[in-house]
Amino acid sequence: MPFDLVSLLPDGFVRHLPVLLVIVPLLLAPVCAAIPSWRATWAIALGGIVFSLICALGLLQQVMETGRISYALGGWAPPLGIEFAVDMLNAPILLLVSAIGVLATIFALPTIVKDVNKEKRALFFAAYLMCFAGLLGVAVTADAFNLFVFLEVSSISTYVLVAIGGSRDRRAFVAGFNYLIMGSIGATFYVIGIGFLYAATGTLNMADIAARIPEVADSKTIHAGFAFIVVGLGLKAAMFPLHQWLPNAYAYAPNFVTVFLSATATKVAFYALIRLLFSVFSPELSFQEIIFTWVLAPLAAIAAIACSFQAIFQTDIKRMLAYSSVAQVGYMLLGLSLASADGVSASLFHLINHAMMKGALFMAVSGVVLSLGSSQLRDFAGIARKAPWTATALGIAALSLVGVPLTAGFLSKVALFKAALVQDWWWVVVVLGISSVLAVLYVGRLLETVFFKTPGPAQLQVKEAPLMVLIPLWVLALACIYYGLDASFITTLTDGAASVAFSGGQP
Amino acid sequence: MSPEILIALILIVPLLVSGAVLIFNNLPDVREACTLIGAVGLFILCTVMAFRVGAGEELLLESPDIALGLTFAFKLEPLGAMFAMIASGLWILNSLYSIGYMRGNAERNQTRFYICFGIALFGAMGVAMSGNLFTLFVFYEVLTLSTYPLVAHKGDEKARRGARIYLLTLLGTSIGLLLMAVVWTFALAGNLDFVPGGLLAGKVGPTLGGVLLLLFAFGVGKAALMPFHFWLPNAMVAPTPVSALLHAVAVVKAGVFTILKVSVYIFGLDLLSALPGTEIVLWVGCFTIVVASLIALTKDNLKARLAYSTVSQLSYVTVGAMLANTAGASGAALQIAMHAMAKITLFMCAGAIYVATCKTEISQMRGLGRRMPIVFTCFLIASLSIIGVPPLGGSWAKYELMQGAIDADRVYVVFVLIASTLLNVAYLLPIALLALLPPKPDTIEVAGFKRPGGAPMLTVLPLTITAIGCFVLFFGVNVISDFLSPVFGARP
Repeated sequence: MPFDLVSLLPDGFVRHLPVLLVIVPLLLAPVCAAIPSWRATWAIALGGIVFSLICALGLLQQVMETGRISYALGGWAPPLGIEFAVDMLNAPILLLVSAIGVLATIFALPTIVKDVNKEKRALFFAAYLMCFAGLLGVAVTADAFNLFVFLEVSSISTYVLVAIGGSRDRRAFVAGFNYLIMGSIGATFYVIGIGFLYAATGTLNMADIAARIPEVADSKTIHAGFAFIVVGLGLKAAMFPLHQWLPNAYAYAPNFVTVFLSATATKVAFYALIRLLFSVFSPELSFQEIIFTWVLAPLAAIAAIACSFQAIFQTDIKRMLAYSSVAQVGYMLLGLSLASADGVSASLFHLINHAMMKGALFMAVSGVVLSLGSSQLRDFAGIARKAPWTATALGIAALSLVGVPLTAGFLSKVALFKAALVQDWWWVVVVLGISSVLAVLYVGRLLETVFFKTPGPAQLQVKEAPLMVLIPLWVLALACIYYGLDASFITTLTDGAASVAFSGGQP
Repeated sequence: MSPEILIALILIVPLLVSGAVLIFNNLPDVREACTLIGAVGLFILCTVMAFRVGAGEELLLESPDIALGLTFAFKLEPLGAMFAMIASGLWILNSLYSIGYMRGNAERNQTRFYICFGIALFGAMGVAMSGNLFTLFVFYEVLTLSTYPLVAHKGDEKARRGARIYLLTLLGTSIGLLLMAVVWTFALAGNLDFVPGGLLAGKVGPTLGGVLLLLFAFGVGKAALMPFHFWLPNAMVAPTPVSALLHAVAVVKAGVFTILKVSVYIFGLDLLSALPGTEIVLWVGCFTIVVASLIALTKDNLKARLAYSTVSQLSYVTVGAMLANTAGASGAALQIAMHAMAKITLFMCAGAIYVATCKTEISQMRGLGRRMPIVFTCFLIASLSIIGVPPLGGSWAKYELMQGAIDADRVYVVFVLIASTLLNVAYLLPIALLALLPPKPDTIEVAGFKRPGGAPMLTVLPLTITAIGCFVLFFGVNVISDFLSPVFGARP
């Protein structure tokens, strides 16, 4: 770490960082619900999330210096008590979620005015804080059942957040309901899977399960548990073909929710998948290897191509970006299914980059929608003339999405390519190549419309996005460039994460 | 000057030009002066650099590791120095010409035009000086992206369509195929450095090597090997200065330069001659040479004909590299220089004709040589150089290529080159001759000038200089050959 944060914090505080990270935003949620002024709740939410960011930075520093941190919740020692654990695998995720959280919250202030009715805004921030705390909880917990609890905390509040978009566009209700059904099925599958594991191993602590699985690995119980968990978490992570909830949820949710979810929710679910597959189960288990090679990898390949293809034919930019997200999840899954340290590292590298660029893209699109009132592609004709700053940031993030050199997306794509080639999975490279070319098509369509088409009268009314949108947007856009020039910080993190994943999550 | 500073300056100067152009947006004269001063400065720097390379000095600049063991590295060798010299030298003339052309046509968005030009030169310099494949790839893409707004300059539906095809083809091939080849090389060799004798030598078998070679050959869309050549005719919607410097020199030459550099430093000529894929690329190259020439014959639009001629001529370089021997590769390198000089002249002539008369079709240019004698004489000289008539530069390249074909025991290549020469005569000579020879009285009405005084002085001067350059190259070929000799090794 370039700076020493931990030494600035009081000792007693540092000891409780893992729990404070989650509990503070969680406790602030009811406070928000009780306060009538929505601007005050916004300030509270921002404060809580900045606090979490500081905790996440502190934790990252500690982990990099001393290795895994275990925290026994309430003083009940694991494996009986609930354990929070921070290691190199989840510390970057915590940092990612809280950093994106801060940027998204700044972005929320101007956009929420358009999207959410006044009387609902305070409650909206309460739900947002719950969701945020839930996501951090999923990332930080080392207890398989506790993970389910946090998953539900974040999911249920997410359904609310999506459905709040109904005051602007009534299709958000249906999208939210769809998401509710699909999400609940996913959560149920996950908890059934955990049930099987519990039946076979008699414990819920992840490290403990991992230690006991090898003895019973060939039982039907473990196999069934594995299948349920992969499907459950895969649904949350929008793994093809379990992604049907995602395009509508992203397209009709309030702008702010789309930004936040696209950059965090699926990412955290994906992290949970890595944690379960690599630290609880292990890629050395014979059935898991088969699943990786013959189920996950082909599905991921189909996602990378089919959903990129679908993205080309979308007329709504948000839906286009949503399909692109599913395709990108395919990229990450491909990296994962290589079942190598390089593959997991590349996959996480791409995950972090994708969070940055998709966040920036949705922010830029939302920034234009604020004054344009539509997210249809044809309505974006020539808006670069009226909103050059927004459009330029959009352009940078879009190029990063394609994987143009000098942007972050390029390096993570190269990392994926390389990880695949090292073990002679050249077809992965072909798939990613085709998918990238398709990405050139849909991104090209977007950029051409934004920069080179002649604006009509409606487009001439477009105004530059407000400053509170431009600041987080440009932070992300510049990050896309900065990490395209020097990604050593991210690769250090992801390499560390991959080595943790392959040490079986043991301290 | 230390080598690091020299390299950094060569990269920065074009960007500074872009910045200055942006600042002096509202003062056209100052703006153009910035471009000219920058171009001259860049050329001087490149000349200094070339002399130091010629003296055998090691010029190197490398960034720290950015991720995965990749670095930005710049390392000068004769081939790159030659490319940098050509691009920067012709930039000066082309800038003069641009001023005449853009003002003569009263084009819009001139500031954007000059900014993108600066960035494109930055990309070209990066490609020329790249010390590893990663750096080359990055700057290759910079060149693609920065030239897209130039192709779309007019902004109408036709220009947008051409630019879209341009971008999609170049980005698509580079991301879909070239990147794969680069990463594959990375996985095989562990690094991407350009190594004399070939990075992959001894590291790949014939099959995988052949596959890699095909990925490289077709992935470098800028080399315009068929079937990925169609972006080039489509890019002709760009203003003529763009076609002249970028689509006859910087962009397309960056493509064949990449092919040559990959052949020499990644595969190595010895490995290359042993690969089965080499034969395939050679065939495709020969096919492109002949078919593109045939298509050129059918085009009445002058720029379209020149574009197909470029497609055909570019494959000379690819073919030369695939011959995989000293004479072939050095012929390929000479072709880069000779063709650049001649083709930029032809394009500048086309532009001058357009500015003066608004004529774009060859059939409308009968007898026009009487009104524009200098322009058409230069056109004739450049045509002859492309055909390969001594004492013009193009003859050396053709000679070396034929020599290489015989050395490599590929006699059919000689026949292809002869056929191509005949086709060159058929599609290039009539243009100048019909314009210069007196038209039959009463049958044809000679086109008049659209603007008083004909082509502006600033458009005619540069093309005269490059036409003279075609002669100079013929007599100066020894200098270039000696300069390049360390690259290809001694003659057998």
